[in-house]
Amino acid sequence: MVRAEQVWKSYGSLDVLRGIDLEVELGEVLCLLGPSGSGKSTFLRLINHLEKLDAGRLSVDGELVGYRQRGHKLHELTDREIGAQRAAIGMVFQRFNLFPHLSVVDNVTIGPVKVKGTGKAEARERAVALLERVGLKDKVAAYPSQLSGGQQQRVAIARALAMDPKLMLFDEPTSALDPELVGEVLDVMRGLAADGMTMVVVTHEMGFAREVADQVVFMDGGEILEQGAPADVLSNPTNERFQAFLSKVL
Amino acid sequence: MAAVLAVLVAMLIHTLVFSTTEQPHATGSRFGWETIGQYLFSSHVLSGVLVTIELTIIAMLAGVILGILLAVMRMSKSRLLSSVAWVYIWFFRGTPVFVQIIFWYNIAALYPHLTLGIPFGPSFATVNINSLLTPFIAGSIALATNEGAYMSEIVRAGIISVDEGQTEAASSLGMSRAKTLRLIVLPQAMRLIIPPTGNETISMLKTTSLVSVIAVPDLLKSAQDIANANYRIIQLLIVASIWYLAMTTVLSVGQFYLERHYARGSVRNLPATPLQRLRQDLTRLRPQGKPVAEVLVSSLDPLPVADEPRGAPHE
Ligand SMILES: Nc1ncnc2c1ncn2[C@@H]1O[C@H](COP(=O)(O)OP(=O)(O)OP(=O)(O)O)[C@@H](O)[C@H]1O
Ligand SMILES: [Mg+2]
Repeated sequence: MVRAEQVWKSYGSLDVLRGIDLEVELGEVLCLLGPSGSGKSTFLRLINHLEKLDAGRLSVDGELVGYRQRGHKLHELTDREIGAQRAAIGMVFQRFNLFPHLSVVDNVTIGPVKVKGTGKAEARERAVALLERVGLKDKVAAYPSQLSGGQQQRVAIARALAMDPKLMLFDEPTSALDPELVGEVLDVMRGLAADGMTMVVVTHEMGFAREVADQVVFMDGGEILEQGAPADVLSNPTNERFQAFLSKVL
Repeated sequence: MAAVLAVLVAMLIHTLVFSTTEQPHATGSRFGWETIGQYLFSSHVLSGVLVTIELTIIAMLAGVILGILLAVMRMSKSRLLSSVAWVYIWFFRGTPVFVQIIFWYNIAALYPHLTLGIPFGPSFATVNINSLLTPFIAGSIALATNEGAYMSEIVRAGIISVDEGQTEAASSLGMSRAKTLRLIVLPQAMRLIIPPTGNETISMLKTTSLVSVIAVPDLLKSAQDIANANYRIIQLLIVASIWYLAMTTVLSVGQFYLERHYARGSVRNLPATPLQRLRQDLTRLRPQGKPVAEVLVSSLDPLPVADEPRGAPHE
């Protein structure tokens, strides 16, 4: 579903990603671990072309992200085409980024209605069902500012799901939450994984990674230092920096 | 200090209202309140009021649209677009609007005809600029183009105030840049854009008076026309001022309620409307049910009073 080959990204003279190779299969959950500044967010943002890569190839579902190849040259896609690619990839942010001027249900319907052209009544029905799935059926008419962080993040997940994505990206979805609210969001994500959603999750929740992930990747300094099934990698880390990282977060 | 002021005010009122002397054409008071009353609702003045309102609406509508356009251009990734916007704003904010008004009025003299067609080839139509650029239109263009430059800075400040995460969230849903701006960013920027736009509108209402110099029959020009015929310049300036004051007052009240509306969701307690405040004041004046004597007695109580004195107005 996701395939990265030698992906490089730099900001000025700072190389944030230095040749990332990885692959995520359909229905797989990949957890991305790493210390602050290691380039995890940057990598996620490359996947839906919120950032442009400087070298390498990155494709989702067999399609290059943000570019079209003609001969040996890559041409950047138009705003519209990039939009179409992004519409098929859901993204959940650390700080929720709900639209504060819209009610909960409008937050969820705005994507289908304004991007896909779904009818309003149909989108609303779908939205209510999704909100029920994330346990917020009674908050349909509320505004984001009236919700707790955990509730807001669950609305954000419903908003992403409303686009029927084939891939979901989560960038530290529980890092901005009070500890007692983390569980409700992770539960929703567990449910998604169980339903077979392909997911790339940046997280510091080792319990979640161990239990849900099919593949764990440890990044530091823009490189992948360790990668494999959680049972192997988390229990017997071979890389020194990964060992140090794990001893800190666990 | 207050006494001096009171005396001055009293003197002013006295001259304005009571003093009657043998003026050339004064029948009533020296000041000529009759003249003011006579012209305040005259059809000539009323049509001037209408022109002033029209100019204000046109200039502000076009100015806001132009302002949004310029703000978006200014913030676009394209160097060309952002430089064009920058130069525009630099030019129109850097020259007096008075000069711009005269400029637009005289541009017809420079190019009396505009020819639409292929250069050096056949022409399809020739437009007479003189007849197209009437004083009213020249004035509208001048005011709107100038306002656009100021509005663009206001709109830009509003757009910048919206968190970048909002744009990212909209992009990640696949929304185009135009839709993101229209559906996500601008509605949120409104809270910051509305108050200064209200100020701009009030200011514009007064600035329109400058077009009287290019013979647009606005409020000021109408008043001047009448004054030119009857020489009662001060009285007619007061007629005009009364109308300007009335209109800016209406706009200020409108702005108060608009700001209140857009503050919703970001302020916990909205400021009270004047009506609500009046009601609060009235209830505060009314006795609170306890007879006054009892309150006095309890205040004579030698013991320290722990609670608020009963019967005191609620704060
Ligand atoms: N727009 C930018 N311009 C310049 N440098 C940037 C930009 N975005 C990120 N960086 C830098 O790139 C590096 C990687 O950032 P990134 O956000 O990907 O880290 P991260 O692994 O997600 O960290 P965290 O756990 O703190 O979120 C950091 O050093 C950061 O300062
Ligand atoms: Mg990050």
